[in-house]
Amino acid sequence: MDPGVQEDLSLDATTRLDTPWVTIVWNDPVNLMSYVTFVFQKHFGYGKKKAEKLMHEVHEEGKSVVSTGTREEMERDVQAMHEYGLWATLSKAE
Amino acid sequence: MSGFVRHRRSKRIHATFPVFEADLLRSLAAQIVELLHNESAIPSATRDPLEQMLDFSGPTTEPEDPVLLRLFPNAYRNDEESAGEFRRFTEGALRDGKSRAAATIIDVLEEAGLPTEPTDEDLTIDVELDQETALVWMRSFTDLRLALGTRLGVEEGDEEYWYSLPDDDPRAQAHHIYEWLGFLQETLVHAVR
Repeated sequence: MDPGVQEDLSLDATTRLDTPWVTIVWNDPVNLMSYVTFVFQKHFGYGKKKAEKLMHEVHEEGKSVVSTGTREEMERDVQAMHEYGLWATLSKAE
Repeated sequence: MSGFVRHRRSKRIHATFPVFEADLLRSLAAQIVELLHNESAIPSATRDPLEQMLDFSGPTTEPEDPVLLRLFPNAYRNDEESAGEFRRFTEGALRDGKSRAAATIIDVLEEAGLPTEPTDEDLTIDVELDQETALVWMRSFTDLRLALGTRLGVEEGDEEYWYSLPDDDPRAQAHHIYEWLGFLQETLVHAVR
């Protein structure tokens, strides 16, 4: 096998592992602050303080990164947020 | 109007609705069920009919109805292909879940004695939910509020506008219902905690 190809493949795999993905929840005018906090506690298992901090970020800054992980994990989190009616997206961490 | 309260000993969550409120909840939940079933989950335009019949996967393009787009938002911004793939694998299950949740509201109300055609105005409907069912109601109330809020075009801090509308304006009436659902949701979140 061409050693150059081998090297490229392993580099690619490393890059993918090193680049985390994030779930972002966006502000919307409908969902109640108490409900958003509740969802963060229930789904992510966050304590009340952390859940409230994230909720305030969503509310005041328009969005908040609520979880970090692999792309597959973030897709599951986004799907769960949509089940709860929160507006969520995933993207590569900046 | 007291909303939902948690019974201290049984831990179950109770609410008592005048029959007209229970009837309204049922009709809102029924509209969500219908909305979720009505718009074809698979975009059908300009496709080969046989191919269409053999395609059991979910939709890949975003819904046209703004309410459905809010219920099933794009999971990726600025990446149509990934958003389409995500939609294909999740939207069907999300639709089923939301539809089942709304159907649960209808079932519980009817099991609690809500007649098909209520005639006795003084009737009250007592519902009692376990934690799991309360969570289902909570998610469905969210869907109802998202649907109503999206249709009305509710925005952050626009209360004054809604209160300034004349009482007989149908949008003012719809906004009353939206706020009522918000009140119920708030009491439900506190009862479940």
